[in-house]
Amino acid sequence: MNGPAIAVRGLHLSRGTRQILSGVDLEVTRGEVVALMGASGSGKTTILRVLAGLESFEQGTVDVEGAVVMQGPPAPERISRLRQKVGMVFQFHCLFEHLPALQNVTLALLHVHRTPRPEAEARARDLLAALGVEHRARALPRELSGGEAQRVAIARALAIDPPVLLMDEPTASLDPSRRMELASVVRSLAERPRTLLVATHDEDFAAAAATRVLQIRDGRVMSAVGS
Amino acid sequence: MWPAGVLAQERPPMRWAGDPEGGAPYVEASPTDPDKLVGFDVEIAELLARGLGRVPQFVFVAFAQIDQSVARGDAEVGLSGIEDTPARRAAMAVTVPYYEFHEVLTVRNADRERFRSLADLAGRRVGTLVGTIAYDLLLAAEKEHGLTALSYDDDVHPFSDLELGRLDAVLLDNVLAERRMKTTSGLTIQPGSVATSHYVGVFAPSNGALRDEVDEILRRAMRDGTLERIFTKWGVWNDDQPRLFTSVLAGDPLPSVVDATGRTILAAESRWEATLAYLPALLRASVVTILLSCLSMVLAVALGVVIASGRVYGSRPVRSVLVAYVELMRGTPVLLQLFVLYYGIAAAVRLPAFAAAFLGLALNYAAYESEIYRGALEAVSKGQLEAARTLGFSERQVLTLIRGPQAFRLALAPMTNDFVALLKDSSLVSVLTVMELTKQTQVFATNIGSWVIPGTLCAALYLAMSLPLSAVARRLEERWKAPTV
Repeated sequence: MNGPAIAVRGLHLSRGTRQILSGVDLEVTRGEVVALMGASGSGKTTILRVLAGLESFEQGTVDVEGAVVMQGPPAPERISRLRQKVGMVFQFHCLFEHLPALQNVTLALLHVHRTPRPEAEARARDLLAALGVEHRARALPRELSGGEAQRVAIARALAIDPPVLLMDEPTASLDPSRRMELASVVRSLAERPRTLLVATHDEDFAAAAATRVLQIRDGRVMSAVGS
Repeated sequence: MWPAGVLAQERPPMRWAGDPEGGAPYVEASPTDPDKLVGFDVEIAELLARGLGRVPQFVFVAFAQIDQSVARGDAEVGLSGIEDTPARRAAMAVTVPYYEFHEVLTVRNADRERFRSLADLAGRRVGTLVGTIAYDLLLAAEKEHGLTALSYDDDVHPFSDLELGRLDAVLLDNVLAERRMKTTSGLTIQPGSVATSHYVGVFAPSNGALRDEVDEILRRAMRDGTLERIFTKWGVWNDDQPRLFTSVLAGDPLPSVVDATGRTILAAESRWEATLAYLPALLRASVVTILLSCLSMVLAVALGVVIASGRVYGSRPVRSVLVAYVELMRGTPVLLQLFVLYYGIAAAVRLPAFAAAFLGLALNYAAYESEIYRGALEAVSKGQLEAARTLGFSERQVLTLIRGPQAFRLALAPMTNDFVALLKDSSLVSVLTVMELTKQTQVFATNIGSWVIPGTLCAALYLAMSLPLSAVARRLEERWKAPTV
């Protein structure tokens, strides 16, 4: 497919009287790892949430790998197409608390994509192995460390093989040595080729992981740093 | 006559127990002055108090509890159409009989030719007042004739259920039956008496001396025509009474209850014999209790899930209707809801007693369950739901695969709690004539005149039902442990 993997134009979003995004324009090429940086409340997480179909907006268009969502009330079919294109890793992992790590990864394969169970489990094990947490496959989320939960959450998002992966503050729950490890994992994820958009305020991590860094301030994309 | 004011200062009032719900002609609130009691038992109480040189003071006690209440000293004497039974003679100090009555069968006019005696009522339902000779007669007839005995807490609903067709006959004493005939036209009292007994006053077993004084006052009133005047005034004087008075005054030994042929029936049993005799009935009643509780809980859980889902996912009008339902069910007594279901809507829908009990408990508990599930659904973190949505799950899948299973684990402990509460609340359905464990225990206790053995057995049976349940719930909780985030 030609054109950028992600194209966001003129995105305005407010909640109540609060303007959160005020005209975001953003283009990400396939295979890029783009870091969105900015202070808390700058709007970077909201951009990810819009791309994941979790927020509606008043103005603008969003195009992710040809799945287009327009302003206004959410159209279920469009949102559903958008969600086929993106995977999201949440800041607090948001693993399904009642299921062991392996089932967290297989659940969508089994029930959304109707993958046969043996195949789904083999894929989940491969992903957990690739992320170095295969030995924790039977553990419940509450038994995992922050870093392990992070990796299981990445495996869960990758299970359905989305062309675009969104990550919100992925280093928030990691100690410093683990952050650089994660940076290399993130870079390897982009090799498929896959497009990654990462919201973070961790400069070292952004520098190590991203091919391009964008500053977000007051609900706008301010500048591009690096390449 | 008696300077009552002076006497009242000299001697304490004579406390007497009765149940105004029994109504005329025994004890009832005066139609012209609800604060004043009238009835022949009220006048007999006045007669006794006067004879003792004291003033009467009324103590309200539910009919079935009068013996125990007198025994524990709430009142000195019980008077409220209290029957002369072998068990009562054994457990209490009873006065000489002061009125003779007959147990009579009342049927619908259309059944006048069909149901002439208890033997004609095989496979039929016959109602009466709990803790009476009539109920004991019906229990005996269950075994002998294969009818079904149903006990009521009052003497009005047996007749209304007879008119509605829920019963095929009512066995009660002629005083009650004849009173009912005055207000209804569709019923017939069959001629002939099923059994004969008397009304007596009851005293605590240790109060024999006062009872002897009262016996003397009653005999005097039989001789001088005072009792005749009282019974005539209340329209219950008949040819049986002079015969009774003659026997009492002659000091003849009077059997407490005799059947139509004059044979003494319902002989007193020892407490041990009575316990053995009641044990199967208590176990049967436990089965009713557990069955009713389980069925009600299953429906309550199913409805609770629907209501909770509606409140979490429904549109605004749906939510409003469900909130109204929950508030109505939680805000009004379950007893009232049971009455409405069984008696209130009987003109439109005639639910059988067990069905009304099952529905009533289920509809009430559904409101409580729904609140538990709503809370549990809302306790599942929003982040997990969003994560599921981004993975492509439909809202229904989010509920059934992620939110529901976690909510269920959170709800398990309060649900177990509710089930144990339901097990105990199921005792309320006895007002609909369902013979469950507590009701059966009450019948047992009334019959033997003590709560010690029946109460202990009843508690043991409830615990035998609730403890295993709590244990299972604890094990499930252990296994699942609620998420600690």
